[in-house]
This record gives sequence, structure tokens and C-alpha cells, in this order.
Amino acid sequence: MAKVEEPAAPPPGGAVGDEQLTEAAAAASREAAQRAAPELEAESLGDYLRAWFVRVKSGESSSLPVIGGLLLITILFQSLNSLFLSAGNLVNLLIQGSAYMLLAMAEIFALLLGEIDLSIGFVSGIGGILAAELVKQQYGWPWWAAITVALLACAGIGLLHGTLISRVGLPSFVVTLAGLLGWQGVMLLVLGKGGALPINDKIFNDIASASLSPVASWIVMILIVAAYGLRAWLHDSRRRSTGLVAPPASFTLLKIAGVAASGVVLVLICNTNRGVRIPIRGVPWVVLVVLAVLVLWTFVLNRLRSGRYVYAIGGNAEAARRAGVNLARIKTMCFVFASLTAGVAGLVYASRLRSVSTALDGGKLVLYAVAAAVIGGTSLFGGRGKPSNAIIGGLVIAAIDNGMGLQGYSAAAVYVVTALVLLGAVTLDALARRGRTYGK
Amino acid sequence: MSIDVGSEPAATRSVPSGGAEPLLRLRGIDKNFGPVQALTGVDLEVHSGEVTALAGDNGAGKSVLIKCIAGIHSPDGGQIYWEGRPVHLHHPRDAAALGIETVYQDLALADNLDIVQNMFLGRERLRHGLLDEEAMEISARETLTSLAVTTVRSIRQPVASLSGGQRQSVAIAKAVLWNSKLVIMDEPTAALGVAQTAMVLELVRRLADRGLGVVIISHNMNDVFQVADRIAVLQLGKMVAVRPADELDRQMVVDLMTSGVSTRERQAPASVTPKEAGTTDGQG
Repeated sequence: MAKVEEPAAPPPGGAVGDEQLTEAAAAASREAAQRAAPELEAESLGDYLRAWFVRVKSGESSSLPVIGGLLLITILFQSLNSLFLSAGNLVNLLIQGSAYMLLAMAEIFALLLGEIDLSIGFVSGIGGILAAELVKQQYGWPWWAAITVALLACAGIGLLHGTLISRVGLPSFVVTLAGLLGWQGVMLLVLGKGGALPINDKIFNDIASASLSPVASWIVMILIVAAYGLRAWLHDSRRRSTGLVAPPASFTLLKIAGVAASGVVLVLICNTNRGVRIPIRGVPWVVLVVLAVLVLWTFVLNRLRSGRYVYAIGGNAEAARRAGVNLARIKTMCFVFASLTAGVAGLVYASRLRSVSTALDGGKLVLYAVAAAVIGGTSLFGGRGKPSNAIIGGLVIAAIDNGMGLQGYSAAAVYVVTALVLLGAVTLDALARRGRTYGK
Repeated sequence: MSIDVGSEPAATRSVPSGGAEPLLRLRGIDKNFGPVQALTGVDLEVHSGEVTALAGDNGAGKSVLIKCIAGIHSPDGGQIYWEGRPVHLHHPRDAAALGIETVYQDLALADNLDIVQNMFLGRERLRHGLLDEEAMEISARETLTSLAVTTVRSIRQPVASLSGGQRQSVAIAKAVLWNSKLVIMDEPTAALGVAQTAMVLELVRRLADRGLGVVIISHNMNDVFQVADRIAVLQLGKMVAVRPADELDRQMVVDLMTSGVSTRERQAPASVTPKEAGTTDGQG
């Protein structure tokens, strides 16, 4: 504890009083600290898990309630229709959900700043259209060149939005609302009377339709889990050995085992034959695309200085400015990343439908993306959230869409249920946060 | 009574100022905002290892003065000397480069980041282009330990979960982390309770004992007399007195703040004791 040192030159005012006050202060703040972060004191696995549970209850760890909700939805739909948990439907759900997950990851960059990007739905449409145009017979670009150019164009759109927002100082809501309208117009202009742009490039279409072979699925899964496990173990054990804040070894192992188990389950599901006439097995390519984007953005946000600044701006922009952070640069970067990720989503979306058509509803897509991010635990007020939130949130949205579709409900019913789940998730989060503030 | 500005003989009491050049010397600082004269010919010396309290009524120019030192405002007249050399501070960066750090009233901490992340915000350490969390965590822990900020349980807890006094301690530790020589604090105890205030004042004292120069703005006379070695009083943009704290008492400072002069004799030390309940008064 903080023992009072006798000051070299005792200030007038009385050392006795100081000492009593300091002890009281120390005791009070110690209690506060223990209440605030119980797991930091934990030594054993049991302590750690108990502390973790306390944190979940107080709304600190926001993904657990959502995972519970996802389980609940799964049980409900499975009891209504036994096809829901069939391998074929689950893989289908993953492919459907991938566009939502990617768009939600895009939206998270804007949400982390405390801003919003309403344009990503139609920006993704622009990405899909541009790639589809370039691989057409008359241009005959190779798929990789078309995709690269489409993604660069999307990044450019993000640069435009970001510059208007951060340098000119326009509200992100207005700029990206203009983006929502404007890029929809451009999309309709390009698609013209025909209303649809079919894609005939095999590899382009394979992104969402083809799968790894079952053997390759196992190998890729084992490699990914091994890489994750090695990194997690080395990271945590190095911190433990240098006496830094770190979870106990058993918790690290539990974490790795959890990831390995999810990997095995995923591959088992995907490797079950889901074809009707010809057998189809293996992990779809698109799962790897989503995983790659997830790893990339998690890395950027956690390990790079720019990523740290994104959180700092979302938490306290003035503090970041005083610390010398270039706000305009970081904000522009976020909008570039958001549009770039939207471009990836657009490619996946186009690849799944093997075409781009005027049916692409960017307005609905962007609102689903915001909903997925928020359901996954990202705050609308900035500073709180991470790319993995998008995965869970996207799964929830896709599960509702898919499960209600199986039951033959109309689009109207799906919208209402999605709205209720969104409200439920946000209410749960708000209540947990309120509990945390009062408990302080 | 003539104004006794920075009288050196009296100021050399128990203060380890080394007798050499003061850390910071202001000579005849003027600052005006349009027709409003905020500072007029302000002289001040700040010594290492000493807490200088800046007192004054609202609008006396305290904040303007520290902003001139912190490089936020450029003075319109006068000269600032840093360790004996004349310097010009046009930007907070210039001040930071000299070793001047300012702890603002609103703390400038990001609630969602943890203590380490806040302390290194804007000056993160990198290894191979990536954030070097371990080096930063070790440095932050060393700094907090050396300042005896031991009430914080983990330096990986978000700042949002800290008490007011702890947040202030983190903000001060952040200023010290950069081998700063002068720390300026604007009302560090304004929003704190009794116990938290004591914790922060103790920390302020410890900074001076480590050999840093400290300038502290406070409205609270208890705080001023508890922690300051020297008290500088501003009135309407003029420095009306800079004197060792033990030559002044509360009433004299209030007189100086309001009228610019004090005709009183310093009373017996007993009158200097804090009035708050629960504070046992030491006899000077």
C-alpha cells in the first residue's frame, strides 16, 4: 500500500492529517479497483473464470450474451424445422451470412470512430459491378486484375468520403447518405435497361460457390489452429514469465482448445455431403475470405499504431488530438478501410448470385451491417468494438433470415423479427452498462 | 506596501534550488486578446524541486499564463528563459521538447483505453513497426511504482474504471513518463473528494521531491498551503506577489488576490491549518 513518506520539507498543513487521509484514499481506491477489474487479481483458473463471469454480468464482455442468443435462435429454428441444422443448410447459412459479416466489419471502422457510414451497401454494389464489367467478354480482363481494380476503386470512394468528412468537416451521416443515393444512381446507370450483369468468369464465381477438397479443408484448418495456438501460447507465456498482466496457463490452453474445437466442428459440417445429385463437400472458399479479412483488420486495430489511434479517437477525440494524433488522417483511413471491405463484400455477393442486378438493395444491406455490428457488441458511440463482433452479429442476422425463410415466413415477418433481435441486443447491453455504472 | 517579486534571499529556505539558474524564468510577459490585456509585465521564476502555486481570482490570468508556458499562447511581450537560455514557445510541441508537460483540468484521457495505452498515447513504442506492448507496460509500471501510485491494481484496466484521484494520478504519471523537467497542473484537485485530494497532493509533493519543477493552479487554499513551497499571486493580469509559502497565510493570500496588497502580519502558524473536519491539524 501507499505508505506516506515523510516529505523533505513538510508543507504547512499538518503531516498527521495527510497520513490519515492517504490511508483512507488508498483503501478506498483499492476497493474500487477490485470491484472494477476482479480478474486482474486472479491467480488460478477458477478465480479467473469467476472473475470473467462477473465481468460478463456487468456488461464488460459483450459477445457472450450474443452467443447465448444465437444458441437460443438455433434451438428455436431446429425445433420448428429439422432441416435447419442439416449440413447443407448450415453451409448455406455461412455463405449467405458472409456478405453481412464483411459489411459489418466495414461498418465497424466507422462506428469505432463514433461516426457512421451509410454508403457501404451501394459501394459494395459498385465493387461488384466494376469487377463483373471488367471480366466480361468485351474487356476480357483476368479475374485477379478485375478484382484488384474493383477494390482500388472502392478504396478511392472511401478516400473521397473520408476526405469530405475529416478535412472539409462535413458530418459523416450526410456525406455517406449522399454516397448511398449517389452510388445507387451510378449503379442503376451502369446496369441500364437490362437490369442485370451476368458473370461468366469461373474463378470469380467460385469465390462463393466452390469449396476446398475435404482433405485440404482439414489441412488448412489444422494449419490455422496451429498458428493461432502457437501465437497465443508464446504470447501469454512470455507475458507470464516477465510478470506482466496475463491469464493463467490453463486459461490460455482452454482458449486454444475452444478454437480447435470450433475448427473441427466447422470442417466436420462442411465435409458432410451436402449435394443433392452430385456430392459436394469441403469448406467453401468464402469462409477463408471472411477469415482473412477478420485476421487482417484485427491485426491492424490491435497491433498497429494507427489502429490504437482509431480507438483513442472514438474514446476521446480531444485527448487524441492533444497527444499529437493526426485526426484527419486516421478518420480518412477508417473510411477507406470501410469502403475497401465493402468492396470485398460486393465481390462475394456478386459471386454468390453469379451476377449483379438492380435487385441489390444497398440500403437494406447497410442497415443489416449496422445491426450485425451492434448485435455483435460494437458501440454506436465509438471506441468500443472489434472485427470479431461482425462475425457473431452477421451469423445472428443470417440465421434469422435463413431460419424464417425455411419456415416460409414473408420478408415482412423477417424484418420485424430482425428488428426485435436488434432492440433486444442493444437493450441487454444498455442494461448491463447501467448496472456497471451504478455498481461503481 | 511595495510588491516583493521573487525576492531571492527569502526564497532560499528549505528549497533545493541549487542556487543556480531557475528552471524557468519569465520576464515582463505581456499578453493581450484584442483590447483585453490578460497579462501585464509578469515576472516569475520556477525552480526545480519546488512546487510553485499560482493563485488568483477568476479572470486573473492564471490559465493564460500557463498556456504561455505550455506553448499554446505566444506572449506579445517579454521573454521566457529555460535553464537560463531565452526560448520561444510557439507550439505545445516546442514546450514538450524542452521537457514541459501540462496536465489539463479535463485530463485528456481516453476512457476506453487502459492505463498503459493512455500513458503512451501519441508516443507509442514500436518494435518491427508493431506496438511493443511489453516495453510500454514495463515502463508504465516503473513510472507508476516510482511515483508510489500503488493503489491502482492493474495497469491494464480501462481508465473508465478508475476513481477521480486515480485518473488524476495517471494523468500526472503520463506527464512524468517523458523525463519532463517541469509539470504544470491546472486545478488538479478541483473535482476530487477529501481522500482523493490528499492522494493527489501527496503525488504532487513527490514530483518536487524527485527534483522536478511543479507549477500548480488551485483555488483551494488548503491545497495551496499543504503542497506549495512558493506562492505566486496574480491579480488582474499582474503578478502582485511571489513569496515562500511560509511567509504567507491564507488571509494574506486572499487579500493579495482581491486587492493586490496585504497589510497584515503573518499570524501564528495555527491559523494555517486546514479547517475540514477529519483533518487533524499539525502545528505548522
